[in-house]
Amino acid sequence: MNTFSDSIGTALTLIASWDPALWTVVMRSLAVSATACLLAYGLGVVLGAWLAVSRFAGRGAVLVGLNTLLALPSVVVGLVVYLLLSRTGPLGSLGWLFSFKAMVIAQVILVVPVVTALTRQVVEDVERQHGEQWVSLGAGPWLRGILLAWDERLALLTIGVAAFGRAISEVGAVMIVGGNIDGFTRVMTTAIALETSKGDLPLALGLGLVLLAVVLLLNAAVAGLRRWGEKRQGSQVTAPKGWVA
Amino acid sequence: MTSAVVQLREVSVSLGPLQALKQVSLSIQPGERVALVGSNGSGKSTLLRTVHGLLSPLQGQVDRHPALRQAMLFQRPHLLRMSALNNVALGLWLDRSQGLNWAQSQARASGALQRVGLSAVAQHGGRQLSGGQQQRLAMARAWVRQPDVLLLDEPTASLDPHAKREVEALMADFAAGPSPDQPLTLIWASHNLGQVKRLATRVIYLEFGRVMADLPVADFFNPDLLAECSPAAHAFVQGELS
Repeated sequence: MNTFSDSIGTALTLIASWDPALWTVVMRSLAVSATACLLAYGLGVVLGAWLAVSRFAGRGAVLVGLNTLLALPSVVVGLVVYLLLSRTGPLGSLGWLFSFKAMVIAQVILVVPVVTALTRQVVEDVERQHGEQWVSLGAGPWLRGILLAWDERLALLTIGVAAFGRAISEVGAVMIVGGNIDGFTRVMTTAIALETSKGDLPLALGLGLVLLAVVLLLNAAVAGLRRWGEKRQGSQVTAPKGWVA
Repeated sequence: MTSAVVQLREVSVSLGPLQALKQVSLSIQPGERVALVGSNGSGKSTLLRTVHGLLSPLQGQVDRHPALRQAMLFQRPHLLRMSALNNVALGLWLDRSQGLNWAQSQARASGALQRVGLSAVAQHGGRQLSGGQQQRLAMARAWVRQPDVLLLDEPTASLDPHAKREVEALMADFAAGPSPDQPLTLIWASHNLGQVKRLATRVIYLEFGRVMADLPVADFFNPDLLAECSPAAHAFVQGELS
């Protein structure tokens, strides 16, 4: 059981035999990250689209702050959420520490800057090229932001994958605010860290393989969706027939 | 009060450090077909955007006839990832002065597509159409708003000859207006002097943000007269035609 290949073999057996210990953790991980991503994605796309089309004093500073948050260390987020939710913290009365909700909050905080910053970039690029056409047609900033974000939905799908990747692969924040409690708040990344430290490499590897497979499947699904969308509605990446370059 | 649809008085416009228009004064009458010509960077697009209200003058004044409806067509129209019909309907729906709901907008958009000969591709994705069709679709999106003034920024600049002819035919068709007593005013920027000769009633030549010549089309293409009125415009035309 000490060799890498032995561990891989045992990990594959655990996955194929639908091992309850492994799949419970996998399902909880997916639930936490999917919930966090849905919340963060909704918030981040709206914020990003608004930032892309609006002009206000201090916008530059907001963008610098936003871009800085992209590199926000997950343990710092975990620590802040821990302090907020701990019994003596301002939100301690909610009793959410070491719960599913606490882990979702931590991941939302981690993912919102990613979605906001990337959405802002995508929508602002289109706004810079074509924004005045929509002003000319009568679309105000909010409507323009929504229209351009909707139009770039295929690019925003990729942002969704990046956000999910950030959420499901982070370990520091969920470890601190979830507590890695068996059968309650243990997720794939915290389980991998724990099982590795215990020397149970097959389970850790099995979880790692499932994690990779989930991200791979998601990427494949989004790539397929993008290709279908571009085929259906056309893409502006290449000049259409009739244009002279 | 003049009958002009748009009047510019001593208008100067800056784009960052560049003064793109310098003390431009002109008056556009209903039904005129005004071509703006000049080299790249002469201020044609800036003038169109200023007339349309997309740019505000640094100095001077832009007067528009009350209740004037304007629409502008860009060189590379931005169409959304939706059907051709919905692209036109959205353009109309966004014009809140029309007060139309989505179904009404779609009904009128359908008529506009018929007008530009795109009924057959109404349900096709706007971006799947050829370049010429996309420009005609954008013309339908502008025309469906029933503008009094249609502004076009080099509408045929990046099209192949066949698509160019189609768009030009539509411009001539639109210029006739819905009825003889309601002519559409057409103002467009162009590098194509043949097109200017065929479509324009008046030509404005710009150089470095200044109006160097503003003449009826026949006078503009009379070399002797042009040389006398504006040596700069004469040199430009000779350069373009040689």
